[in-house]
Amino acid sequence: MLKFTDDHEWLRIEGDTAVVGITDFAQGQLGDLVFIELPQAGKQFKKGDAAAVVESVKVASDVYAPIDGEIVEVNEAIVKEPQLVNTDPMGKGWFFKIKIGAPDQLTQMKDEKQYQELVSSAG
Amino acid sequence: MDVSTDLAPKLTFLDAFHGRAGARMVPFAGYRMPLNYPAGIISEHQHVRSAAGLFDVSHMGQLSIRPRAGDVSAAAAAFEGLMPVDLRSLAVGRQRYGLLTNQRGGILDDLMVAHLPGRLFVVVNASRKDADEKHIREKLSGACEIERHDDRALLALQGPLACDALCRIVPEVADMAFMDVREVKILGRDGIVTRSGYTGEDGYEISLPGDIAEKFAEALLAQKEVKLAGLGARDSLRLEAGLCLYGSDIDESTTPIEASLDWAIQKSRRPGGAHAGGFPGETEIFKEIADGPLRRRVGLRPEGRAPVRGGAKLFASADATEPIGHVTSGCFGPTVNAPIAMGYVKREIPDGAVVFAELRDKRIPTQLSALPFVKHNYKRNRK
Repeated sequence: MLKFTDDHEWLRIEGDTAVVGITDFAQGQLGDLVFIELPQAGKQFKKGDAAAVVESVKVASDVYAPIDGEIVEVNEAIVKEPQLVNTDPMGKGWFFKIKIGAPDQLTQMKDEKQYQELVSSAG
Repeated sequence: MDVSTDLAPKLTFLDAFHGRAGARMVPFAGYRMPLNYPAGIISEHQHVRSAAGLFDVSHMGQLSIRPRAGDVSAAAAAFEGLMPVDLRSLAVGRQRYGLLTNQRGGILDDLMVAHLPGRLFVVVNASRKDADEKHIREKLSGACEIERHDDRALLALQGPLACDALCRIVPEVADMAFMDVREVKILGRDGIVTRSGYTGEDGYEISLPGDIAEKFAEALLAQKEVKLAGLGARDSLRLEAGLCLYGSDIDESTTPIEASLDWAIQKSRRPGGAHAGGFPGETEIFKEIADGPLRRRVGLRPEGRAPVRGGAKLFASADATEPIGHVTSGCFGPTVNAPIAMGYVKREIPDGAVVFAELRDKRIPTQLSALPFVKHNYKRNRK
């Protein structure tokens, strides 16, 4: 099951954890990524906390924890090769896996169709 | 907040062309400008370093200054009253970097002055063109006639293969050297070509009537060496080349000496020179030439991969509480393949010293580095 936030993150729900990344729209807005900082596994976040940093040639941006929970795994491949997020944002460009701390937070998120409506209206 | 973004942006003559090319358009200095094309900033940057990139820089201001009486040296002498730069020695067919200063020695704008038959041709920053025009008219209208060329476009073709591409269409610019200027026919109309730019590479800037800009841009783009490049690549290229961006690295609060632009002030305008002084801020600038400035602009190489951006504070140590300077622009340099930045530090910090840049909750060791970060590749010899 895929969920999306208004901050242009996607979540793929796998049992009691969610794989989190940024959307194709988000990577397009940022442009070529050159640096990514990921959280440490084991770290606890509240929804909305800055959990990762992405930097393109031009701009820096935070990636927020989309839900409460504990980071269980991070994708070191994107630290070595940030452009994976540009080329495959929903696949090899995933950021981290977070243990779902508050399942009801997922119900407020957009599904794929609702998310596509959001970005198409953003132009 | 930048008020200009509240207004409808002005469009360059190439706006529709950028749209068709799939550019990502952003507001910049009151204009709608291409940040990048589908290739992306890094690819556009690397193409300029290896082949040739075509930039629309029509947002910049173009002015002609003609003497009301006498020859161009009269206009040059008058214009010297606004800047600490030798314009009287500027030969016809040559161009020079200049700086307008205020009474405190601060920089009102940086610009290019070219000597063409019968006039000086000036290119100024987009964000400053209204202010510059007003300033120049106020001070020079007695001696000179000022004409602003809003009907003209400006293209920059930059890179080691720029000459190959342009010379196929305009063969007479082939033998120009760096900082030469020449009037040539472009598609049968009046063009002004300089062999200069703002990327550190060989290349040309081409002023031409706005109504033929699109046709000429298409002709350049049809050359195998040429790809489009946007403002994003222009910024990373100029930063690697150690060149200042007005409004970030220099402004009214920075002097040419603090900005390490001493080289732009020729001996003739310094104390004891043939036409020393006589420009706004003379006292402050001469004092700084003699005593050294309290702070200076330097190149910075942050450790690691994270870009350190403009506004970041610089400290002498990892735990110092008082900053010793700040970053004025920074990005990831695609050719350097590392983060690069420029900024100001107190005079006592020596070349090569390691300072610490504040980035989020960390302090990044950052070495003072010689500029440029990437060697300039200008065509200095005329052959």
